[in-house]
Amino acid sequence: MTAIVSGLAFLGRRLMQAALVMLAILIIAFAVKSTLGDPLREITGEAVPETQRQKLAHELGLDRPWPVQLARYLGGAMQGDFGTSTIYKRSTLEVILAKFPASFELVVGASLIVLLFSVPAGVYCAVRPRARGARLILSLSVLGISIPVFLTGILLITVFSVWLGWLPAFGRGETVRLGFWETGLLTADGLKHMVLPAFTLSSIMLPLFIRLVRGAMLDELGHDYVRTARAKGASQLRVWLVHALRNALLPLVAVGGLQIGTLVAYTLLTETVFQWPGMGFLFLEAVTRADIPLITTYLVFVGLIFVVTNTIVDVVSLMLDPRISLEGTR
Amino acid sequence: MSAEAVREDRGTLMGFVAERPGAAFAGIALGMVALAALLAPLIAPQDPFDLTSFDLLDAGLPPAWIEGSDPRFLLGTDAQGRDLFSAILYGMRISLTVGVLAVAIQAAIGVPLGLLAAYRGGRVDTLVTRAADIQLSLSTLMLAIIALALYRAGFGGESLSRYAVPLLVIVIGLAEWPYFARTARAATQVEIAKDYVRAARALGVGGLGIVFRHILPNILSPLIVLAATQVAGAIMAEAALSFLGLGMPVTKPSLGTLIRSGYDLMFAGAWWVTVLPGLVLIAILISVNVFGDALRDLLDPRRSAS
Repeated sequence: MTAIVSGLAFLGRRLMQAALVMLAILIIAFAVKSTLGDPLREITGEAVPETQRQKLAHELGLDRPWPVQLARYLGGAMQGDFGTSTIYKRSTLEVILAKFPASFELVVGASLIVLLFSVPAGVYCAVRPRARGARLILSLSVLGISIPVFLTGILLITVFSVWLGWLPAFGRGETVRLGFWETGLLTADGLKHMVLPAFTLSSIMLPLFIRLVRGAMLDELGHDYVRTARAKGASQLRVWLVHALRNALLPLVAVGGLQIGTLVAYTLLTETVFQWPGMGFLFLEAVTRADIPLITTYLVFVGLIFVVTNTIVDVVSLMLDPRISLEGTR
Repeated sequence: MSAEAVREDRGTLMGFVAERPGAAFAGIALGMVALAALLAPLIAPQDPFDLTSFDLLDAGLPPAWIEGSDPRFLLGTDAQGRDLFSAILYGMRISLTVGVLAVAIQAAIGVPLGLLAAYRGGRVDTLVTRAADIQLSLSTLMLAIIALALYRAGFGGESLSRYAVPLLVIVIGLAEWPYFARTARAATQVEIAKDYVRAARALGVGGLGIVFRHILPNILSPLIVLAATQVAGAIMAEAALSFLGLGMPVTKPSLGTLIRSGYDLMFAGAWWVTVLPGLVLIAILISVNVFGDALRDLLDPRRSAS
């Protein structure tokens, strides 16, 4: 009972914190928008006489003191109104949401690759630390960490697109529209376009996760319960995979979740290399063409992803960590 | 580590090199890279920053080992007819300069904060540790991208090009100070309990004197090891930012800029303009990482077992 109460209290505190961080991000976004941006130009273009500009500024409340403007910005943000993109002449949130599926599918593809490879490789390196294969994997992971993600992408393109001509080098290929979600996962062409970008993005996380799984497994294998399970007659494989690995995966959730900011940055680089029409590619276009409303909305959006992921990770690790629930009465 | 132990380590340096040929090789490679970057104006056949010294007619020539090359250009030319060998030498110079200076800033901010946090403890410690945690949770590369993106959007691409070197140094320098603060803090906490610190205090040495004259020299080895890996990170960050168009301009290319500017040519078949600077960058990064690993084993024998 106490466990549930303290759990709820934790959840409430964590949600409160998340809301505060979001508020801070919104205030920063407002500050950037009102210092760098010119909201009149968003609407009118440049060839408008000064008197008319002033009249419009008054109508929009731009001559009001900044706290009033901030309140209006926050009010608008609550309803999803973050301003109008100067490039696309549409609501910035709409523009970003239209590009979100592309980035999301890329990240999901890369994460699947990371999971599929890092867990077996990490476990193998932990249970057979002296094997030649394990050493090879660890050396390769040093190599992986040393190669910047955009170069991995370029090298993959050089080999598989330019030299061999097996895989497409840019864009998403053929996509299918499911409601507002434009997916590339349902066509063979779309999947083919995913291969190189997803492998590129995973290349930077893979070495880290192999090392993490290996380290966590090594820790677990040293514990008494592993020896007990073995003594009880459980097979070696069962001890590794069922007993040790399950516990080793707990810290992975936390560390994995904390990588989300880095992942956003690497997604941006990957999208640039492959001209993948996602949010990162959009952001750089906005930067080049100084679309301040789009830039600030992107920052808020990325901040939201960051805060939501971190909150979920905290709550999930709380639920997964047996030490915390053991304290209460289960 | 006492003075004697340091001397002993030096004595076994040769033995260490024999044990780890990879590290020795990486060290030699780094030395050569640093020397080549330093002497770039003497070695390079062309000044790649001087637009008048190259000719558009020479654009897109392949390296010497590929058919259709020109003996004047060992590694070929880029889209503007710039000699790629010279451009890579000068690019290394910029990449290394930005990397080293950025790490100097990281250390200049992080080390004093870490020392202070550990020495003072209490509220100061909590403040520094929290600030470091928060900043690290935000992804340093993303922070750097956002900072430079806002600069570019606010002040324009031209201003960014003009002040690219100091901006990159400051942004990458500010982004990663927490690593130095953490390392300095942890090492200081170990040192602070030792007799020599108490002895110095008993002799009436002031707080600043103890921290900088007595503790700092004794925690240098983990800091040096950290600096090595941080330089690799800073070089990588510079390359990534330049590749995104948020760093060095095409007129003053770093390795990242060369990779970016050559990228358009790749589908026209001129892969070398992108791939060659890329391979140089990878070689530098691997060398720094391998060298840093070896340095850690050398300076901090306790950690080498794991």
